[in-house]
Amino acid sequence: MQEVTIGIAGAAGDGLDKSGDTLAKTAGRLGVHVYAYNSYQSIIRGGHIWLRVRLGENKVCSHGDTLSALIALNQDSLERHAGEVATGGAIIFNGDRLKLDPALPLNKDVQVVAIPMKEVTTEIASQFGPIQPVMQNTVAIGAIMYLTNIDLSEAENVLADTFSHKGQKVIDHNVALLRAGFEYAKAHGKPITKEWKFSRQRRPFVTGNEAISLGAVAAGCKFYSAYPMTPASSILHWMASHADKVGVLVKQAEDELAVINMAIGAGIAGARSMCATSGGGFALMTEALGMAGIMEAPVVCVEVQRGGPSTGLPTKTEQADLFQVVGASQGEYPRMIVVPRDIVDAYYSTVEAFNCAEKWQLPVVIMSDLLLSEHPETIDADALKADVKIDRGQMVTQWDTSKGKYKRFSMTESGISPRTVPGTADTLYVSASDDHDEESILISDMYTAPPVRRKMHEKRMRKMEGLLKELPAPKLEGAADADVTLVTWGSTYGVVKEAIELLAADGIKANHLNVKYIYPFHAKEVTEILAKAKKKISVEVNYTSMFARYLRGETGIGMDAHVNRYDGEPFQPKDIATRVKDILAGKPLDLDVSEEEAREIAYHYLRTHAGERFRPSTLTRQDKDGYGEPTWKVEIVERITGKKEAEMAIGRESGATYYYKPVGQPEDKKATQSVS
Amino acid sequence: MATVVELPVDLFKGPVDPDWCPGCGDFGVLRSVQTAAASQGVRPENLLIVSGIGCSSNLPGFIHAYGIHSLHGRSVPVATGAHLANTDLKVVITGGDGDGYGIGIGHLIHAMRRNLDMTYVVMNNQIYGLTTGQASPTSTMGHQTKSTPRGNPEKPLFPPALGIVSGATYVARGFSGEAKQLADLIAGGMAHRGFALIDVFSPCVTYNKINTYAWFKERVYKLEDEGWDPSHVDKSLAKAFEWGDRIPLGVVYKSDQPIYEDSEPVLQKGPLTKQPLGVGKELFAELVEEMI
Repeated sequence: MQEVTIGIAGAAGDGLDKSGDTLAKTAGRLGVHVYAYNSYQSIIRGGHIWLRVRLGENKVCSHGDTLSALIALNQDSLERHAGEVATGGAIIFNGDRLKLDPALPLNKDVQVVAIPMKEVTTEIASQFGPIQPVMQNTVAIGAIMYLTNIDLSEAENVLADTFSHKGQKVIDHNVALLRAGFEYAKAHGKPITKEWKFSRQRRPFVTGNEAISLGAVAAGCKFYSAYPMTPASSILHWMASHADKVGVLVKQAEDELAVINMAIGAGIAGARSMCATSGGGFALMTEALGMAGIMEAPVVCVEVQRGGPSTGLPTKTEQADLFQVVGASQGEYPRMIVVPRDIVDAYYSTVEAFNCAEKWQLPVVIMSDLLLSEHPETIDADALKADVKIDRGQMVTQWDTSKGKYKRFSMTESGISPRTVPGTADTLYVSASDDHDEESILISDMYTAPPVRRKMHEKRMRKMEGLLKELPAPKLEGAADADVTLVTWGSTYGVVKEAIELLAADGIKANHLNVKYIYPFHAKEVTEILAKAKKKISVEVNYTSMFARYLRGETGIGMDAHVNRYDGEPFQPKDIATRVKDILAGKPLDLDVSEEEAREIAYHYLRTHAGERFRPSTLTRQDKDGYGEPTWKVEIVERITGKKEAEMAIGRESGATYYYKPVGQPEDKKATQSVS
Repeated sequence: MATVVELPVDLFKGPVDPDWCPGCGDFGVLRSVQTAAASQGVRPENLLIVSGIGCSSNLPGFIHAYGIHSLHGRSVPVATGAHLANTDLKVVITGGDGDGYGIGIGHLIHAMRRNLDMTYVVMNNQIYGLTTGQASPTSTMGHQTKSTPRGNPEKPLFPPALGIVSGATYVARGFSGEAKQLADLIAGGMAHRGFALIDVFSPCVTYNKINTYAWFKERVYKLEDEGWDPSHVDKSLAKAFEWGDRIPLGVVYKSDQPIYEDSEPVLQKGPLTKQPLGVGKELFAELVEEMI
């Protein structure tokens, strides 16, 4: 089954995400499966943006390991990624502006398509006016369409839809650019793929945050509050731009304290409500989450994790908020924590969150991460159903006073006390953050009564038992007798699934346990699965293997080994497969700075100290360099001329920058420090 | 305007009696809230009292109405959510100066600039009472409290002035020792279309030995007795700072301006709680189509 990965690299503001959309949507309409991941920075202009779009005849569950083709939008991107293009691949760039250094090592049979942009667009410019820099992307997309055998007419339809609000002239302009790129590649290159078997089953191209938003409105969300925070903001944007149409009141609040307190107020008043944030905002929400717990108020809160701690890595992915969410708020209270594993799961988990929040009268936290929330992926057109079940739980809409007094927090076997909303006659009560009796009278001040507290606490906490029974227990995927069991939570599901295929190809049988419900937790079922597993390895996007620790607490079973990534980038299948093989072979974890990493460190140093004029060239290993550790000696050259300009050394163990020495000058003391 | 059918004040008698100290100013405020609701003809089931934490924030438990006794400083956003969810409810926020002007002041300012149609009654005793007597944001300079044994080094906040500059469209000051006027001020706030901030001197008889009933009685005067016109923002702002030998009571500022709810298209179809849930198949298909 055929697949191809196209990388588009440039700076923020180059408009490469839009170009990627044209490509991905075209493929999606043709029935090709798409998975895209955009590695970007917290910057509006500049920086380095690296979008990978993976297309497959079969479902693709990650951005993969292989780069088949590169579209470079600036010199930096061309240099950095040209060498990654696999054998038989292609590199596309504006040949008028950029130059591929012949000294850069390329893989075998890589086609270099340097588009003479001015020449191929002269006629278009005379008809439609001057070519803007972002329009060159469309030419490049046209070229890649030819090289990857993607149907041009479908791409023209996508452009027509994308620019429909701008009028026919803009559509025609873009289509002309697309065709120009296509024709140029046809005349000067050859396809890097075989013909596709297009099913032409149109597939939506959806991000996790869009799936969550859609799930919310399908489930009857009427009130959405938020404070902008990456990577949760796109839920706010979707909700705000669709609010009138879908009948949701969207409230941007002054801070996350207000956000969740508004959502809880709306929930108590009877509107299905949701809010979303990332770890920093969630930290502000925690007190209110406990309030929803004691008030038995429904609310759905989405926590989209990003690199932490503190402001951390605002545009990078991580799974390191588990203990913050599990430990959120003082005291014990009933709640639900659910972690969707993919786009479709995010949709249905959100619907389920609304139903559980109201049925069990508790706060529900949906934990996502930047990867799941922001990456788009094609799904089957009918994967998301509109007619989802809406279960509002036990609601009293009329009270017969002859039955006695209505008690908001009545003692019941399930722990669920039928609720009413303000506006209902004869069922008046106070939702209190202080503990209270059945009639919602406080037991915290004058009337403290230990047995009342005990029974009320038991009633609330009892809801966890019923809720747990309702939730499907996690299941082991793959052969029961596998040599190794990979244990995951959340968005690593897809990439681990692909890693298992790689391991299988190497004769290693692995199965997979992905846990979705963190709280309440299926301790019995998970214990049974883990007790039978041979070798257990957790795979998490964090440093401390939080989920493995949580599992040990709940099951008493520890992992045999851990696979972690915490550099901000999501796992690729090979990262996991390679590390698992090493673990099985008893090979210790190598944390030394690799050659590619040393090159990245050098790029970072150059950008912050020397500007864009230079780039790292050759790297050599130095075993003894007088710094107490082996180093990478990095030669720095001028971009245009390739002339050697400087030299620097990077610690292979520590990653420290030891010196930066311009040719013919003494070393830069600022960069020099000794390790003691 | 719909005819107001006054209700008996006793209809609002709460399930339990207040646990405030005998002589606490908050008794008068509770009575005034009940009187105001009765005079406005708001049925108990349509009245939602939202509070934070503090002695005065226990008020929702002492009145026959729906209530949300929320977190310290968070009454305003909780009330905002409940109000926007069901705009048929009459929402009155009650709390103290520490709750509203200390920990919760950020929310208050934003709620006022939104001009949400809610009424906020602050029982201002210029001290933290429930935590047994520390300086509050309205404690006067030099006030010796448990947390300021050398005297409060900070200037107090002027809540009515804050209300005017923040965009509240009904700003009043009351005194729990003037029950009838206070009930009228609260009723006026409830009737007003927009955010009403009513700062009420509600003496703490246990922990504030300076700003006592007697202290206020010597100083307060009623704006209405002087024919005050509250419609000029500049004059009102100057009046809001009046303090010392003469302290004004009454409506300091009032203005009719569009409210937040007017600008929210979804609310034009009625309260959210009365609207259908979910989206139809056709609309859903349209939403999915955007992603293809």
